[in-house]
Amino acid sequence: MVQYARARLDTSFAALSDATRRGVLEQLGRSDASITDLAEKFHMTLTGMKKHVGVLEQAGLVTTEKVGRVRTCKLGTRRLEEETAWLERYRQLWDSRFDELDKVVEELKRKEKIDGRKKRE
Amino acid sequence: MDARRESEPTPTTNRTTVERRSERELVVTRTINGPARIVFEAWTKPELFRQWWVPKSMGMSLLSCEMDVRVGGRYRLEFAHGDSQSAFFGTYKEVTPHSRLVWTNEESDEGSVTTVTFAEKGGKTLLVMHELYPSKEALDAAGTGAADAMGETFEQLDELLVTLGASLGRS
Repeated sequence: MVQYARARLDTSFAALSDATRRGVLEQLGRSDASITDLAEKFHMTLTGMKKHVGVLEQAGLVTTEKVGRVRTCKLGTRRLEEETAWLERYRQLWDSRFDELDKVVEELKRKEKIDGRKKRE
Repeated sequence: MDARRESEPTPTTNRTTVERRSERELVVTRTINGPARIVFEAWTKPELFRQWWVPKSMGMSLLSCEMDVRVGGRYRLEFAHGDSQSAFFGTYKEVTPHSRLVWTNEESDEGSVTTVTFAEKGGKTLLVMHELYPSKEALDAAGTGAADAMGETFEQLDELLVTLGASLGRS
């Protein structure tokens, strides 16, 4: 598990350590773009941009899809994972809240039972 | 037989679900082992409410809890989180005993409206908590806020990676 996390951290780290690649992520956060668009925006050769996108793709930060002759890039599955991750953290928060609520309700039920018995006596 | 039933309440734990129902809505559900009358009481009496609203895992403590549970009544919760403090407050819009509560969250302009329904079945209560945000961005921000409270965020990871990158670059 630690190994896996470290390996992931390494690829993410490598991918994000470059200013151009961070710029590409920012750009894709606004809208999907083709490699040609990205190369133009960042004043690079097509080959250079392809390499950068490849690194981002390997880190799971970007996915690409080729339609006809155009390869379109978009933010990758990692973003989806993050969305799921925050929902899961939110669920955990409510889960522990409700576990506590269960205890409070249990206690109130016990008290009612005792009070009920007293009344009958 | 009675003695056994009373001394050992069956400890069944129910599952909590969270669903993002639309860009602006979150729905949380959970079944609580008790009648709606009692569960509702635990949501509306401050001395009970404060016993469960801030579980230890949140890393926060509740400093004060004022709740005037009636239509138009207000609530205010004050928290301590390390050295910092924060307050959550708003107004009750609907109060239907044992079945429905609606309140606003007014600590920001982008606060949600929260609706909680209590449905009793076989001595248990299904809680459905629905949060409606004014925009997708407000929900995203609230999610990040909750994530902040519970742990690491993507932004923090990003920052960490950039910092690591800078320090490695130097060495």
